[in-house]
Amino acid sequence: MTDSRRSPHRLLLVTLGGLTVFFLTVPTLLIVPMGFSSSEILTFPPPGWSLQWYEKMLTDPQWTTGFVNSFLVATVTAIVSTILGTLAALGMVRGRFPGKSLANALILSPLIVPVIIIAIGMFSLYVRWKITGSLIGLVAAHSALAIPFVMVSVSTGLRTMDRNLEMAAQNLGAGPGRTFTRITLPIVLPGVLTGALFAFLTSWDEVVVAIFLTTAKFRTLPVEMWEQVRQVVDPTVAAVATTVLGVTTTVLLLVFVVRRQAPAA
Amino acid sequence: MLALGRQPGQTGRRWRGRSINRWAWLAFPTIALLVVFFLAPLVLMAIRSVTDPPNAGLSNYRTFFVSDADVRVLGNTFYIAAISTVVCLVIGYPYAYLMHAVPPRVAGLLLIAVLVPFWSSLLVRTFAWEVILRDTGVINSLLISWGVISEPLALIRNTLGVILGMSQILLPFMVLPLYAVMRRIDPDYTQAAANLGASPAAAFRRVFLPLSLPGVAAGTLLVFVLALGFYITPTILGSPRETMISRFIADQIQQRLDWGLGSAMAVILMLLTFVALALASRVVRLRDVFGAAEDGS
Repeated sequence: MTDSRRSPHRLLLVTLGGLTVFFLTVPTLLIVPMGFSSSEILTFPPPGWSLQWYEKMLTDPQWTTGFVNSFLVATVTAIVSTILGTLAALGMVRGRFPGKSLANALILSPLIVPVIIIAIGMFSLYVRWKITGSLIGLVAAHSALAIPFVMVSVSTGLRTMDRNLEMAAQNLGAGPGRTFTRITLPIVLPGVLTGALFAFLTSWDEVVVAIFLTTAKFRTLPVEMWEQVRQVVDPTVAAVATTVLGVTTTVLLLVFVVRRQAPAA
Repeated sequence: MLALGRQPGQTGRRWRGRSINRWAWLAFPTIALLVVFFLAPLVLMAIRSVTDPPNAGLSNYRTFFVSDADVRVLGNTFYIAAISTVVCLVIGYPYAYLMHAVPPRVAGLLLIAVLVPFWSSLLVRTFAWEVILRDTGVINSLLISWGVISEPLALIRNTLGVILGMSQILLPFMVLPLYAVMRRIDPDYTQAAANLGASPAAAFRRVFLPLSLPGVAAGTLLVFVLALGFYITPTILGSPRETMISRFIADQIQQRLDWGLGSAMAVILMLLTFVALALASRVVRLRDVFGAAEDGS
């Protein structure tokens, strides 16, 4: 080990690693200063600083309703998919039924079916059901996309937990409901919370399905951005993009906190 | 046999000759939701590809395959997806290897550099590339102000821009499965090779590299499959010449209102995806690939 530490190979590897971190992070972070620019157009470096684009973002009803809609859809999606994803994890990890592997493939498939196919398929059918441009339609769609993340997150905890604890509770007289709320749930709670946060994120910045399932009356923030990016771009989009990233980062920090608090399984 | 294998607390029941237990019912609401809101739309879309216009049969598929322009879209899709995958592998393998080789604390930081982009908005990241690459963008304006060039370089609305953006966005999907596999490689193996006199390069080539190949296969197939379905990034960073199949499908439906052809294309894309996945599942458990994406430790 000691000689390989000094080797030119290692130096090369570390340099490549640094460049890769740069490639992954710096391009995205460049839009942060641009949102604070005093210029009318997106330039780098900004000639001066101002908060005018944030002011515009916070006063333009297009952006504010987009923000509220996105937050609403993401929150409801997180609740729905956390409940259903947790139930599915219990059913898939402990359940035994015919066609189980098929059911497993169905639950995980939204991760891998190209999103444009999901989008137009849902659009075609949801139009007939008259649930496009509505909270219900978008929550149903986003829940399908988010449930796999919850299920994976919860089932990891379920597989590693010691089932003797449940049996001990039952031997001491606890019913199945009590055993679940007092023993099982607390143990898998970090996985459930992590799943909920990932579900929120999945919906929060989802754009392709939302493009098809929203209407001018009910638009989410990413769809609003998509419309703007393809037309004239003023630095407001950079301010909005920075806000979107800010929310994502905050949620990821929460994931980190949840993982930290979790007792080592 | 069955009764012997049953766990205490489980009520097994014979059902059509197979058994079903109490826990199974918990999965059913989720399955029902997915069947109604996810599976039904896909099945109806496949039906629509042969019934729209009425009695269409395979005519939508024929329309697609006899049009040179349409087949070129398919070629483009494969080409761009393949190049992006290669770029991801070339950048991702050394990175995953570095993560594997450094102390856990540093590896954690390197992992964060992958996970934060993984969870960040694809649209925002694509938008950032547009701002960087366009004629009045960051790179061109800096190079012009430094006097390196006088005319802006063509970095966007071409294949270069699309591949840059897609590789960066897809890179986490390469690194995570690679790292998941590398982490499981027993360090004793390479140590043993070194003890037997292998140089570090030989130990890597003869021992570590072969053991890491399942990760290479998983990452490559995952990135390729996801790249096949990319829509937002090639639309913003490319020109119509870089049209990939997803944008083509969206255009059929949004602009030409041709649901039959659009659905047929979607079915083709889905079949391509399934073929790639079927190949992938031979070498790696797909569950591991996605589990890695959530594994913060």
